[in-house]
Amino acid sequence: MDTAYLIETIIKVVVILLIFSALAGIGTYFERKILAFMQRRLGPMNVGPYGLLQVAADGVKLFTKEDIIPTNVVAPIFKIAPVITAATAFMAAAAIPFFPEFTIFGYTVHPIVADINIGILYILGMMAVGLYGPMLGGMASANKFSLLSAARTAAVFISYEVVSGLAILAPIMMVGSLSLVDFNNYQIGGISHWIVWSQPVAFILFWISAFAETGRTPFHLIANDHEIIDGFGTEYSGMRWGLFFIGEYANMFFISFVIPLIFLGGFGDGSFLGAIGLLAKVAFFFFFFLWTRAAWPDVRPDQLMWLCWKVLMPIAVINVVITGFVMMF
Amino acid sequence: MNMEAFNDRNVADNGYFLVDIEDYPTDGWGKFKRVVKRSFKGELFVGLWVVMREMIRFDIHTVQYPQEKMPIGPRYRAIHEMKRLWESDTERCIGCGLCEKICISDCIRIDTKIDENSRKEVSEYTINLGRCIFCGYCAEVCPELAITHGGEYENASDQREHFTMYEDMLTPLDVMKAGKQLEFEGFGSITPHEDERVKKTPLAY
Repeated sequence: MDTAYLIETIIKVVVILLIFSALAGIGTYFERKILAFMQRRLGPMNVGPYGLLQVAADGVKLFTKEDIIPTNVVAPIFKIAPVITAATAFMAAAAIPFFPEFTIFGYTVHPIVADINIGILYILGMMAVGLYGPMLGGMASANKFSLLSAARTAAVFISYEVVSGLAILAPIMMVGSLSLVDFNNYQIGGISHWIVWSQPVAFILFWISAFAETGRTPFHLIANDHEIIDGFGTEYSGMRWGLFFIGEYANMFFISFVIPLIFLGGFGDGSFLGAIGLLAKVAFFFFFFLWTRAAWPDVRPDQLMWLCWKVLMPIAVINVVITGFVMMF
Repeated sequence: MNMEAFNDRNVADNGYFLVDIEDYPTDGWGKFKRVVKRSFKGELFVGLWVVMREMIRFDIHTVQYPQEKMPIGPRYRAIHEMKRLWESDTERCIGCGLCEKICISDCIRIDTKIDENSRKEVSEYTINLGRCIFCGYCAEVCPELAITHGGEYENASDQREHFTMYEDMLTPLDVMKAGKQLEFEGFGSITPHEDERVKKTPLAY
């Protein structure tokens, strides 16, 4: 391992951390604005022009708020739980190629921290570890709502890991690799080569389970404000709560990168246009997270389990079997 | 300002209708059919389209409150005002004391005396806004339309027992000279088309 590689990796890690921490904040601004427009409101308007500095105001508030550790909580676990959420979200980003490789000052940069050969498995695994954030946080809080949320977290994450894993199995069988770069290169021939055309069912199943794994609105029951206050976040304040928030939004961004990379051609042939195309796809998937939040109601936990085990999982299994038969003959 | 929304309380004619809701299925086959129907009917996309349409239409209903304010109806009952006569700019209040009598929360205190022209004059008039329930009886009972309710709803006080004095409620003279005193259309005032609604007293019983 030479020094240049080490420095390059550290720079990439820092850049990804900074960009996506900032994006998490800007993501909340977009979420508020888009939800507001869809509900005929204006959203934040007072801090800065069109409320643009609202993010900064919220950040200052979160950072300077008192860090309360309530009595009766299991303090060490209570303190570490938000870190788990944020850390696993960013660790998952290590195997995501954010851009095609480009050359700057005669030095070729691969905008992926580690092109490991188990890429997609690692990403799914890291996102699955993220379940310990809400779960431990909810169980460590001395609060019944948090406990309910912890139970729901365990149920939802484990169930939808099954769906997302099985759904993605079929494309993996077709590509024959777990690296997202290989996924991208498999679809390098343009729109007609996108995996979504041969695996539409897997695409939709993975998309649905992405909502469950990021805990976004149709499946927002982990922190369902109208039933269980803020779920695992009820007892948290200040930056610990903020870490949960950053983790959730970073997860949304990363899954918005993963879906186009697997199914929609990623950055294509690696040209500048392809990179812009990837950003556009990511923007669409992120926008869709907000769009559904404005449009769709939440489902009940039992409906969610019903959907997972009785509908989505059988479909995913059938999809894998059919794919296997088609590839065999 | 259009008063239609305030005056027309007949909601039956305003486009309300009963939604047609199917009965819930009881057997397994019916439930399965419902699942299939709901899955492929595209209802979810209707929801997506509705919010997207609203976003594109950009018909924002937000009132940016401190900068913008909603018009309030003339029947709104906020802090009281004392009106002046249009002809002579003198106070309309004749000191009859009816408002003090009718006030159900006993918050009006009125004192009168005979002035040098042997006319009754209001020497003291206060309303305890801490007790006032803004029922509007004082404005309704006033024979001269002198005490009325105004539209000033932004009040703050450091104590609950906030009194308002006669001088504060009275229309300032400069406003009066400029002819800008707003006539009261609310509680106890004559409604705009009252003469059209007057019916002859039925004497032929």
